[in-house]
Amino acid sequence: MKPAFSVVVFTTIAGAAQGLVVTLALALLAGLPLPQGFMSLALIVAVVMLLIGLGASFGHLGRPERAWRAAMMWRTSWLSREVIVLPAFIGINVLWWLALRSGIDTPLLPLIAILFAALLWYCTAMIYACLRFIEEWAQPLTLVNFVLIGLSSGLVLTCALGSLAGEVRLVQLAGPCALAVTLAAWATRMLSLRHNATLKHKSTLQSATGIKSGNIVQKSMGMSAGSFNTREFFHGRTLLALKQVKLLFIMLGFVLPAALALWGLAGGGTLAWVLAVLVQAPGLLAERWFFFAQAKHPQNLYYQVVS
Amino acid sequence: MIHWLQDLIKRNAVAEAPARAVTTPPKTATRVRAEPGETLAKQLALVIDLNVCVGCHACVTSCKQWNTSGSAGPLVDEHAYGADPTGTFFNRVQTYEAGSFPGTETIHFPKSCLHCEDPPCVPVCPTGASYKRKEDGIVLVDYDKCIGCKYCAWACPYGAREIDEERQVMTKCTLCVDRIYDERLPKEDRRPACVMACPTGARLFGDVKDPNSDVSIAIRERGGYSLMPEWETNPANQYLPRRITEVAGDTRAKGEP
Repeated sequence: MKPAFSVVVFTTIAGAAQGLVVTLALALLAGLPLPQGFMSLALIVAVVMLLIGLGASFGHLGRPERAWRAAMMWRTSWLSREVIVLPAFIGINVLWWLALRSGIDTPLLPLIAILFAALLWYCTAMIYACLRFIEEWAQPLTLVNFVLIGLSSGLVLTCALGSLAGEVRLVQLAGPCALAVTLAAWATRMLSLRHNATLKHKSTLQSATGIKSGNIVQKSMGMSAGSFNTREFFHGRTLLALKQVKLLFIMLGFVLPAALALWGLAGGGTLAWVLAVLVQAPGLLAERWFFFAQAKHPQNLYYQVVS
Repeated sequence: MIHWLQDLIKRNAVAEAPARAVTTPPKTATRVRAEPGETLAKQLALVIDLNVCVGCHACVTSCKQWNTSGSAGPLVDEHAYGADPTGTFFNRVQTYEAGSFPGTETIHFPKSCLHCEDPPCVPVCPTGASYKRKEDGIVLVDYDKCIGCKYCAWACPYGAREIDEERQVMTKCTLCVDRIYDERLPKEDRRPACVMACPTGARLFGDVKDPNSDVSIAIRERGGYSLMPEWETNPANQYLPRRITEVAGDTRAKGEP
């Protein structure tokens, strides 16, 4: 597939915002006394990130002025469900922020925020995992990776914000979690990479055309230049480039942030956590780019040669 | 926002309004859309005979001509006279070569929406712009509702849908829905443009649910098959395989001297 920049940005940024909100909510529910000023600021960061994600997702639409229609088919479409859950999640965070500002301290809002963050991860992952013939996506690890990568980036971001604001106890609590979840996300992402490397696609040129011969060569795609089919479903990069992006996202997205988190825990302080965020952000964008680029759509069987 | 309220109130009873009048009113008059998994009494489809298709692309051009001027159009052409022309088509003819020399076969392979009985593109549509008609099983897009998110194209294993780059809505084969019911046309012309144009009669059109229709008989007697059966989309369009014509009176095949 051709990675759509808007969707790459949206899923990465929203995932991190969800992780941030879940971390804050869990910290509050665990009884950590977080000052109101810090909580407000962190929630504003989360909401701004979600709004950037929402804006980016509009960029994916050919007719953004009709976007409101996308909430109609929630009975059957995961995309529609996501379109409902995302604004609801933003709304809950705003409500939570307002409640904190007016001094209302209730465990209900953090709980609902966690629930909606989880729902949003589920919807976002299922948009891809439900397409049964894109076999790189149609696996439970897609959901696991969306959740763990979101949590990892959210935890690292929380630690950076916490150490910048001098919230030592929050960093003490979230720091080890950031390290553990980043390592877990690395492990499950490697598992999905291994799954995809050994994947034997169900569709072949034989099943796509019904021609029995073992030796089929496409002589013409039916057009002299390109079409939507040759633009939308091919990433257009070399295998070498793909390999390099893979190495890049493993290092920047998981290995280096984990090492920096370790340093942060060992006394590296603010610098370590801020560096971790700065390194992980491009790494996870590359990870999501690769997630799309690696998926082989069965329609590509029909587009093997331009002539 | 008024449209949105109207849609909510009417729920599923939303019909598309083509420029050329579709003159058959839905019999039930309440529900135009088929529910996912619903078994329909009628399913219009094409049966494509790979044995006689000569790859002339007449179906491609006639499809483009009819649909760019009809309710599905206009279908954009971008830099048509440039180095890298591109455009929206509902139907393409591809060419494959099978076997090894000197026994190779050239197979021309027309490819359009298969109007699946279980279309994976329909339930994923967030707006309900994509739907399958209850009355005849044609899969259509309501261009007034499509937001151009392209998710349906991702959800079609056959690559049958193409976005119109100018209008930024998803388009696809309509089985010439604005033609096949038009009572102002002579009865023999109420067929899809591609079927009308095919000089070799490689394209059959009819109801695959009627066991006595031309298409059902052809599928039954000529070994009609579906594309990518592994995804269980139950394509309504079927293909008739290539057959090697045996030479009359040739006894060599039977191993006689």
